[in-house]
Amino acid sequence: MSTIELETGTRGGSPAPAAPPTLSPKSGSRAVRDNLARIVMWGAFVIGVIPLVWILVSTILKGGSMLLESQWWTNSQAGITNRRVGGGAVHAIQGTLIHAAVTTVLSVPVGVMTAVYLVEYGRGRLARAVSFMVDILTGIPSIVAALFVYALWVTTFGFQRVAFAVCLALVLLMIPTIVRSTEEMLKLVPNELREASYALGVPKWKTIFKVVLPTAFSGIVTGVLLGVARVMGETAPLLVLGPYTQVIVTDLFATNMATLPTMINQSRSENLQPALDRVWGAALTLILLVFLLNLLGRFIGRFSKVKG
Amino acid sequence: MSTSITGRSAVDELPGPDGRSPLAGDRAGTGRLGDRLFGGAATASGLLVIALVTLVGVFLVAQAIPALQANQANFLTSREWATAGTSPRFGIVDLLWATVVTSVIAMAIAVPLGVAIALFITQYAPTWLSRPAAATIDLLAAVPSIVFGFWGLTIAGQYFEPVAGVIDAALGWIPFFAESEGGPSAKSTLAFAGVILAIMVLPIVTAISREVFAQVPTAHKEGALALGATQWEMIRTAVLPFGKPGVISAAMLGLGRALGETLAVTILLSALNDGAPFSSSIFNGGATFASKIALGIQEANTATSTGALIAAGLVLFVLTFVVNAIARVVIERRKAFSE
Repeated sequence: MSTIELETGTRGGSPAPAAPPTLSPKSGSRAVRDNLARIVMWGAFVIGVIPLVWILVSTILKGGSMLLESQWWTNSQAGITNRRVGGGAVHAIQGTLIHAAVTTVLSVPVGVMTAVYLVEYGRGRLARAVSFMVDILTGIPSIVAALFVYALWVTTFGFQRVAFAVCLALVLLMIPTIVRSTEEMLKLVPNELREASYALGVPKWKTIFKVVLPTAFSGIVTGVLLGVARVMGETAPLLVLGPYTQVIVTDLFATNMATLPTMINQSRSENLQPALDRVWGAALTLILLVFLLNLLGRFIGRFSKVKG
Repeated sequence: MSTSITGRSAVDELPGPDGRSPLAGDRAGTGRLGDRLFGGAATASGLLVIALVTLVGVFLVAQAIPALQANQANFLTSREWATAGTSPRFGIVDLLWATVVTSVIAMAIAVPLGVAIALFITQYAPTWLSRPAAATIDLLAAVPSIVFGFWGLTIAGQYFEPVAGVIDAALGWIPFFAESEGGPSAKSTLAFAGVILAIMVLPIVTAISREVFAQVPTAHKEGALALGATQWEMIRTAVLPFGKPGVISAAMLGLGRALGETLAVTILLSALNDGAPFSSSIFNGGATFASKIALGIQEANTATSTGALIAAGLVLFVLTFVVNAIARVVIERRKAFSE
C-alpha cells in the first residue's frame, strides 16, 4: 500500500484538519493466512491438473504407436487373436460414429422442439412439468437408462440386444443436454427480432423457423456437438445392450456392432500384451474423437450471432 | 459461451410487470395450419419427454415387482444376492453401503478441491491464465469413464498402496480406516474407487462453483477490500457466503453423478466372496448398484435375476432423483434471494 501524504493547511486558508489516521500495517498473522490461502489455491489447481496430464501422457505413450500404424485406420480385428499383434480399429471407430450419428438424428428434433416449446410456447403447469422432467433426465444415471431400454427391448418385446437399442438408451441421455443448451441459445435471441417479425405480419411458427432458430443456429450446433461428445464415451449402455464383435458390422439391427468402449472393455479382460496395447490405442482414439468434437463445438460457438 | 450447467429453464423466469413472460408474443399465433402444426409439434415433443420419464419409472417398477414378490429375503435389509433357483434371496444393504461409501469419499475430496480450483480460477489466477485453466479442468470431463477405470487399475493404482498404508497406520484404530489382513490390494478397494470418482466429478463441481463465484457482485468484493480485508478475508466474507448455495447444489449434482457412475467402479472394485462377513472398512472390495447391474445383466438369464437387478436399478434411480431434487431446491432458493 502506498501512503498518500496530505499537504495540510496550505490551501484555502482553512484550519488544518486533524492528522490522518495512521493505518497500522497488516498484522503478521493476517498476512500469513492470506499467503497460505493463495498457496492452497494454486496448489489445488496443480493437483487438479495432475490426473489430467497423467492420463493423457500415459495414454499417448502407450497407445500413440498404435495410431501411427496405417492399418489401425484401415483394418478391423477380423481374424486377429488376442495373442497376435496387428489389426486395426476401423470396426470400432465406425461403430462409435454410427451410434453417435443415429443417436443425434433421433434426439435433435425432440430436443430442439422441446426447447422451442419451453421458450416460445410453454406457459403454466405443463411447461413446468416438462422442465422438471428434463431435470430428471439430466440426472438419470446411464446404467439406469440402459436398464430401462433392456426392460423394454429385451424382456418385454423379446428382441435381441442390438445397436439400435443402445442408441435408444443414448437418446435418453442426450435429449436433456440438447434441450438445456438450445434453451440457453433461444433465450439469447433478442426479443426485438421476434417483434419486428410479428410486426411484418409473419406468423409465429414462421418467425421461430426463419428468424429465431437461424439466429441461434451455431449456438445450437455447439450444444449438439457437446452432447454428442458426452454420449460417445458412455460405456454402460453398450455393456448392457451392445455385445462386441471383431468384424465390421454396419447393420443397426444385427446382433452386435463393435464400438471403441466395448473394444477397450473386451481387450482389457484378455491380459495379454497385444490386447493391452489395443486397449490404449482404442482409448487414445476415443479421447481424440471426443476432444475433436469438443473443439469443433467451441470453435463453431465462436461464430455464434448471439453471445452467451 | 456460458452454457449453464445448473440449467435454469425459461419457464422458471418471472413474468414481467404486465404479467406476461418475457418472450411471450402471445397473440402472434395466427391459428392458421402452419401455426397449429408447428406449435403442436413443439408441445408434442414436450409431452414425449414427460412420457419418456414416466415410462422409465413404470417399466422399472413393473419388472421389479414380480422379482420382489418371489424374494425370500427382505429386499431392504438383506445382504445376500442369490437370484438363481426357485427361492431367490437378495437385498441391497451391501450395494447401498458400497455406493454410499465410494460417493462420500469422492465428495470429501472433490468438493474442497473443486471449490479451491474455482476460487483459483475466478479470484487468484492472472487474467491470461484463468480461461485456459478453466478449459483444462473441463477437459477432464472429456475423458471417458472406462479410460479412468483402466488407468486407475493399471497405472495409478500402485501408487495408492503406500497412501493406504499411511492412512491405516494413522487412523487404523477406527474400523472405517482399517486395512484387513488378506483384503484386496489397495487399488481394488472402495477407497480408491472413491478417489477415481473424485477425479471424475471434479469438473462438475468446479464448473458450477466457478459459475456462482463469477457472479459475486463486484461491489461486495470491493467493499470488503476497501474495509482493509486481505484477499483471503475478502473471499471468506464476500465470495464464499454468496456462493454457498451454489456450492451445495454443485456438490449435490456431483454426488448424483458419482452415485450412478458405472464403468470405472466396475473395473476397479474386487467382488466380495459369497457369505463374507460385513466389514465397515473402506479398504475392502464390494459392488455398487451400478457395477452390480453392469456385471450381472450379462449373465441374467431368468426373469427373477433380471428383475432383481432392475429392482436395484430402481433404487439407484430413486436415490439419484432425491439427490438431484435437493440440488434443484437449493438452486431455486438462491434464485429467490438473489432477485
